[in-house]
Amino acid sequence: MAASGPENSELVRLREEVAEKTREIERLKLILAERNSTSAQTKEATPALIESGNIRDVPTFQPADGLDKPSIARYSRQLILPELGVKGQLALGGTSVLLVGAGGLGCPAAVYLAAAGIGRLGLVDYDSVELNNLHRQVLHTEGKVGTPKALSAATAVKGLNSTVQCVPYHLQLDSTNALDIIKQYDIVVDCTDNVATRYLLNDACVLTNKPLVSGSALRFEGQLTVYNYKGGPCYRCMYPTPPPPETVTNCSDGGVLGVVPGIIGCLQALEVIKMAARQEVSYSQRLLLFDALDGTFRAIKLRPRQASCAVCGDAPTVTQLQDYEQFCGAKACDKTQSLRILQDNERISVQEYHTVLSSSAPHLLVDVRQPVELDICQLPNPINVPISQVSRPEQLQRLKTAVNCKLKQLEQDDKKLPVYVVCRQGNDSQIAVQHLKKLLSDLPVNVTDIRGGLMAWARKIDTSFPEY
Amino acid sequence: MLSKSKVTVSMANSVNICLEFSGGAELLFDMVKKHDVSLPGNSQPWTIKSLLVWIKENLLKERPELFVQGDTVRPGILVLINDVDWELMGELEYQLEENDRIVFISTLHGG
Repeated sequence: MAASGPENSELVRLREEVAEKTREIERLKLILAERNSTSAQTKEATPALIESGNIRDVPTFQPADGLDKPSIARYSRQLILPELGVKGQLALGGTSVLLVGAGGLGCPAAVYLAAAGIGRLGLVDYDSVELNNLHRQVLHTEGKVGTPKALSAATAVKGLNSTVQCVPYHLQLDSTNALDIIKQYDIVVDCTDNVATRYLLNDACVLTNKPLVSGSALRFEGQLTVYNYKGGPCYRCMYPTPPPPETVTNCSDGGVLGVVPGIIGCLQALEVIKMAARQEVSYSQRLLLFDALDGTFRAIKLRPRQASCAVCGDAPTVTQLQDYEQFCGAKACDKTQSLRILQDNERISVQEYHTVLSSSAPHLLVDVRQPVELDICQLPNPINVPISQVSRPEQLQRLKTAVNCKLKQLEQDDKKLPVYVVCRQGNDSQIAVQHLKKLLSDLPVNVTDIRGGLMAWARKIDTSFPEY
Repeated sequence: MLSKSKVTVSMANSVNICLEFSGGAELLFDMVKKHDVSLPGNSQPWTIKSLLVWIKENLLKERPELFVQGDTVRPGILVLINDVDWELMGELEYQLEENDRIVFISTLHGG
């Protein structure tokens, strides 16, 4: 049945009105979205960077004495946990935490501490973001390559929770500044990547009576312990003598799967949160061992504080900070140091090797990296003898066969076959030359290393050659 | 890479224990993390001290200085006896028992 005239026009009018209101809503939504994005940008404003000259210029920290409506909404899912509650949340907001190292451990630790509503978060890192950091240092982004890590991490954290007071420190923590910086915080988190800074942080925490939540990771393994907390041991109680430098492997030489420091960094944040919220911590006088390949976590009972400890013992000999690079015989960074073992006449430059290659002069190239590294990049026709296997009889036999084969190509007047040894950065190749000179002494060869290795080749000869 | 190696020296009153290496210490043992070993019968009871000598002579093929220094482990290696820090168990003097699990951990420093 057809609708009568007046009812039909009423429907048309209503439809037009709905369309009009819908357009109005869309217009208002657009304005709102624009306003939101501008205010988000304001909140993500870069926090002021603290550098070595102004370490005392830290903004004052005034924790709130109650939770406002937005805070209750933000933290509601953890507020209803009886172990935390309003009291615990206020304790978190009243706690200031210093994270040393904004890398593979520091990034995940910072994210969860900020998300949970820690009051003040200091972030210390002397380094700048590099492309090879991004697989594990998950707060930094492609656009941040080249910017200070402390600033990049603080900006990201601020965007996540603008109520956290973020203090980025773009400096190397050392004996001259550590105590002044640490004094302004309640809990210190060791997310560093080298032995010297670990001893420095330990001693500084003992001297200022701060707990130290320490994490570390390499390859597929992670370790976690809380030091100097409620009478438990400190790092020196466990390791009174630093390890010989040649036994220490860093992430750039040993490799690391990003999720491994990710897991340890999250566990560090968890220990801090429990400590701040006045809950029992789990890893004081205990060591957590995480094996990512086996998928196992193992907790070990550790010794108590040692009366004989040089810094926290009954008669301490370390009463002020020392020179930790000297104490450890290693630099306070994880950059591989260039060795200089060989004489100049035992080495050639990448330019000289380039000439050898271009002229097709008979020679043997020995690449002493791990096979997995040759899959990444290599020069033409190397024989691969990993540095860890140079003295093995089967490898030596392979090498001698290759040498003898090349010797046949030599002209009559050539006296010796040049054997060039190469690795990534030119350190292992020098050690290998020392070994090979002895091992091949019964053959007419002249063994030299290629100075600076494949990374020098990539920088000086072939810029399209991969760097890793 | 994670397969177990079996090193057996059969003699009377031998002690069977499990040795584990981690944190990079396994690199000195052909990347093998777990070793079930049978220590030969001895006039003296086996201790961690004599175990270290046995490891050096029987398991450790290259660069022993990266594992032992003098008669003990090098600085930076923590020894665990049945999941407990060896400092609580008598360190070098601890007497090994059947089925003990001794773990040598190289401490990590990366981050």
